[in-house]
Amino acid sequence: MISSSLVIAASFLYVLILFAVAWFGDKRAAEGRSIIASPWVYALSMAVYCTAWTYFGSVGRAANTGLWFLPIYLGPMLAMILAWLVLRKMIRIAKTYRITSIADFISSRYGKSRTLASLVTLITVVGIVPYIALQLKAISSGYAMLTTPLGQPRPEMGLWLGDSTLYIALALAGFTIIFGTRHLDTTERHEGMVAAIAFESIVKLVAFLAVGIFVVYGVFNGMGDLFAQALADETLKPLLLVGQGAQEFAYPQWFALIVLAMLSVIFLPRQFQVMVVENVDERHIKRASWVFPLYLLLINVFVLPIALGGLLFFGQGQADPDYFVLSLPLAHGYEWLALFVFVGGLSAATGMVIVEAIAVSTMVCNDLVMPFLLRTERFGSRSSGDLTGLLLMIRRVAILGILLLGYLYFRMAGEAYALVSIGLISFAAVAQFAPAMLGGMYWKVGNRQGALVGLALGFALWIYTLLLPSLVKSGWIDSGFMDAGLFGLAWLRPEQLFGLEGLDNLTHALFWSLFANISAYILVSLWSRPEAREASQALLFVDVFERTASSYPVFWQGRAKLADLRNLTERFLGVDKAERLFTDYAQRLGLSQTKDIPANAQLVQYVETQLAGAIGTGSARMMVASVVEEEQLDLDDVMRILEEASQLRAYSKALEEKSLSLEKATSELRAANEQLKSLGKLKDDFMSSVTHELRTPLTSIRAFTEMMIDDDEMETEQRRQFLEIVVGEAERLGRLVNQVLDMAKIEAGHAEWHNSDVDIQTVVRQAVNSISGTYLENGLSLTLHDHNESIAPIRADPDRLMQVMLNLLSNAAKFVPHPGGKVDVYISDAADGVTVAVQDNGKGIAKHEQEQVFEKFRQAGEFSDRPQGTGLGLPISRQIIEHFGGRMWLESELGAGARFNFFLPRLNESQRLELIEEEHA
Amino acid sequence: MSAKVLIADDEQNILISLEFLMKREGYQVRVAHDGQEAVDAVAQEKPHLMLLDAMMPKKTGFEVCQEIRSNPDNADIIILMLTAKGRDTDMAKGMALGANAYMVKPFSTKELAQKVRELLGAAA
Repeated sequence: MISSSLVIAASFLYVLILFAVAWFGDKRAAEGRSIIASPWVYALSMAVYCTAWTYFGSVGRAANTGLWFLPIYLGPMLAMILAWLVLRKMIRIAKTYRITSIADFISSRYGKSRTLASLVTLITVVGIVPYIALQLKAISSGYAMLTTPLGQPRPEMGLWLGDSTLYIALALAGFTIIFGTRHLDTTERHEGMVAAIAFESIVKLVAFLAVGIFVVYGVFNGMGDLFAQALADETLKPLLLVGQGAQEFAYPQWFALIVLAMLSVIFLPRQFQVMVVENVDERHIKRASWVFPLYLLLINVFVLPIALGGLLFFGQGQADPDYFVLSLPLAHGYEWLALFVFVGGLSAATGMVIVEAIAVSTMVCNDLVMPFLLRTERFGSRSSGDLTGLLLMIRRVAILGILLLGYLYFRMAGEAYALVSIGLISFAAVAQFAPAMLGGMYWKVGNRQGALVGLALGFALWIYTLLLPSLVKSGWIDSGFMDAGLFGLAWLRPEQLFGLEGLDNLTHALFWSLFANISAYILVSLWSRPEAREASQALLFVDVFERTASSYPVFWQGRAKLADLRNLTERFLGVDKAERLFTDYAQRLGLSQTKDIPANAQLVQYVETQLAGAIGTGSARMMVASVVEEEQLDLDDVMRILEEASQLRAYSKALEEKSLSLEKATSELRAANEQLKSLGKLKDDFMSSVTHELRTPLTSIRAFTEMMIDDDEMETEQRRQFLEIVVGEAERLGRLVNQVLDMAKIEAGHAEWHNSDVDIQTVVRQAVNSISGTYLENGLSLTLHDHNESIAPIRADPDRLMQVMLNLLSNAAKFVPHPGGKVDVYISDAADGVTVAVQDNGKGIAKHEQEQVFEKFRQAGEFSDRPQGTGLGLPISRQIIEHFGGRMWLESELGAGARFNFFLPRLNESQRLELIEEEHA
Repeated sequence: MSAKVLIADDEQNILISLEFLMKREGYQVRVAHDGQEAVDAVAQEKPHLMLLDAMMPKKTGFEVCQEIRSNPDNADIIILMLTAKGRDTDMAKGMALGANAYMVKPFSTKELAQKVRELLGAAA
C-alpha cells in the first residue's frame, strides 16, 4: 500500500513535467525551431492510440480470453500498410482546405453541410463518452489499488460529490483546457501538446516494459519458466491456444475486431487530430508506418506473460486481471515500481483524454454551437466585435462537458463492464464514419444524402444494439426488452436483431450498423442527385493530388466587397492575424497594398478557407455567404468552371513545357560553347607546348652556329663538338616534327592503318632484332621471353605495332643504368588477347608520376638522368594500342624498375568487321 | 674585376652554348641545371646577373625569380629571363615578378651579349 498523498504528489509532479514539455514545444514552435517536425515525434504521437485500455485492459482481456487482446493491435498494423495511400490523401485534403476535424472533413466533402457536421459531432460525442469513462475508471481503480491494503476490498464508491473520480475528471478537464485552448489558430495545431503526447508515449512504454520485465524475470525465471508453468496448469492452457480449446476458432469475431481496429486507428477523433491535423510533413508517414507498428508490438510483448503471471500467482478469479500490472509489483513489495507503473497508466489515460477532448471540443464548438449562435440575432452577420475569445470559451466549456459526460457514464455503466468492452463500444461508434470518409475520398458519386442517411442509420443501430444493452446490463434500464425484444417483438431483440444469432454482441452490432450504413450510403447516393456544391467538393476531394494551388477551380460566383471580407476575418481571427493573412495574399498576387486586392472568387475562397480553419467549414460557408452577394451555382456551372480550370491547367502546362524545352536548348548551347572553349584551350596548350619543344633545339642550333660564325679562330676540336651538338639537335627537331604530325593524324583520325592478321611474336621478334645492335653498343642486355608454339593472330597494323615496340624498347634503353642495364620482353597469350610487357631495371617511376608519362610532352624523373626525347613517344604508342581496342599501362615502383605493358584483344566478329570496314574507308 | 654571371637552364646544350658565350664575353660563369640549383647557387654566392630559363624542373624560372626578389639583399641582382614560350602573358608575368629583361628563344647571341652588357653597364 502506498499513501494517497504520495500517489497524488507523484501524479501532480508528472503533470508538471508534461506542462514543461508542452511549454518547451510551444516555445520552440514560436521561435520557428519546431521539435515536433520529426518523423519520430510524429510516430510517437500516433501511439496516443494506446490508452489505459491498452495499459490495463489488454492484460485483463488476455487473462480472460488469451490471444483475444491482439486484433486491436493487428488492425492498426495492417492499417499503417495502407497509410501512404489513405492517410496521405487525408492529410493533403485537410491541409488544402484547412480541415481541422472529422466532422469538418465529412461536412466539407458533402457540400459543406452543417447538418452532416452536427450529426458527425453528435455521434462522436456520444460515441466517445464510454471511452472517456474507461480512462476515468482506469485511473480511479488504479488509484484505489495503490492506496488500499492488499487483499482488502476496495472502498465503496462515494456519493457524487465525495467520489474521487469526479475530481479526477475535473482535474483532467482543467489540464486539457490549459493544454489545448490557450490560443486560436486557423490550423488548429498544438505543437506543445504533440510534444507532450510523444513524451507520454515514451513514458507509458517504458513503464509497461518495466513491469513486464519484472513479472517475467523477477517473479518468474524468464519466459520459458512462465509458459511452462502456465501450460502445466489445465485451467490456463486454453489461453495459449488460438482456437480457445474445444471451441472452434472464431473467424468472424477476429475479422470484425481487426476491421474495427483498422477503422478506429484512422477515424478516432484523437487519431485524426495527431495523424492528420498535427502532421507537419506528409513524408513523416513513411517513418511512422513502421515505427508505430513497432511501438504496438513492443507494448504488447508482455501482455500475455503478465496475464499468465498474475493468474498463476493470485489464482484464477482472485484478483482483477485488469490491474495485474499494479497488483503484481505491490504483492511483491515493489511499491516504487507500482507507482511508476501507475504513472505510466496515468500517462496513457491523460494523453488520450487531452487529445480526444481537444478534438471533440473543436467539433462541438465549430459544428454544433457556432452554427446555432451565428443564426441568432446577437452574433448575426453585420454585427461587429472580435469573437476569438468567445470561440475559446465555447471550447473550454465543451471540454468540461465531455469529461463530465464521461464521468456520468462511468457512474452508470462503469462497474458492469471490463475496460476493453467499454472501449469497443466507442470503436464501433467511430467506425460509422468509415463509409462516408473513405467513400468521400475515392468515390465522386457519394453525396450528402447518402452520407446523412448512412450515418444516421448506422448510429441508430449502434445505440440500439450496443449502447442501450450496455446501460441495460448496468441495471439502469429494465432488461425486459433485451430478452423479449422491443414491443415484445422477438426479431427486435437488440443483440439478436432480425434473428441474427450466434455472434457475440460486438460483432453483431458492428455487422448490422455497418451493413445498414454502407448500403444506405451507396444506394441513396446512387439514387439521389447531388447539389452543385456537393459535386464540386467531391471533385476537389477525390482529385486532390491532381491539382496544384495555381490551377484550383474556384466554385463560386457573385459579388463581394473587400472591406466586408476583411471585417469578417478580423472578427473571427483577430485584427493582427487578419492583417497578416491579407498581406500574404497581396504579396502572392504581387500587389504592394492590401487595399488593391481584387474582391473576386479567389479572394472569397481564400477567406472562407482561412475561416474554416477556425470555425469549421459549415460555419465559414455561412458567414461568408452572409457578407457577399452570391449567385446560386447549378451543376452546369460546376462543370463549366471545372472545364475552365482544366483548360487553364492544360495551358499553363503547355507553357511550362515550352519554357522547359527552351531552357534545355539554352543549356545545351551553353554546354556546347563551353566544350568549344575548352577544346580551344586544349589546342592552345598543345600549340604552346609544341612551340616550346621546337624552340628549344632551335635555340641551341642558332646559338652554336652564330658563335662559330663569329669566332673564326675557334679550335677545331671545339668546333667539332659544337657541330655534333648542332647535328643532334637538328635530328631531334626532325623527330619532333614527324611525331607531332603523326600524333595530329592519329588524333584527327586521318592516320593510315594497314591492318592484317598479325602474329605478335613475329613483330616483337623483329623489333628486338632491329634494336639489339644499339643495346649491344651501350653494353645493355635485351632478352625476349617468347613461346615456341605460334599464337593465334590479332587484327592490327604490323608497322604501327613495330613503332610501339621500338618506342618502348628505346625508352627502356634510355632509363636503364649504363652499363649494367637489363631489359626483358615478355609475351603472354590468353583466349581474349595478347599481353606484351617490357621490363627494365632502371630507377622506376613514382606512383604519382605514372599517369603523367602518357601525357604529351611530359617526361618523368629528375633532370640529371632525363634523356633526350620528344615527350610524344608514349602518348602516340598508347593511342595506337587503343586504336586496336587494347590498352597500355605502367607498373612500377620507385627503385624497382618499370614495366610497360600493352594488351591487344582478339576482336569479336562485329568489332572485326568494324575494323575491316575502316580499312576500306 | 669581371662580373659574375649565373646561368640556369635545364637543357644541357643551351647551358653549354650560353656558358661558352658568356665566358667569351669575359664574365665569371656558373651554371645551374634546375630551379632549386639556381636558388642554392644564389644563396652561396650572389651573382651580378642571372640568365634564367622560365621552364625548369623543381622550380620554374618564375618561382626562382620571385624567391630571389623576396630577399631584399638580392634586390640588385639583374635577372634576364629566357623563355621558349613566346606568349605575351609569360613575359608580363616575368616582368611582374621582378625580372629586369626578357628574351625569347631562339635568340641571337649578339643581341643577348649586347643586352647583358647594357644591363651590367647600367648597374655599374
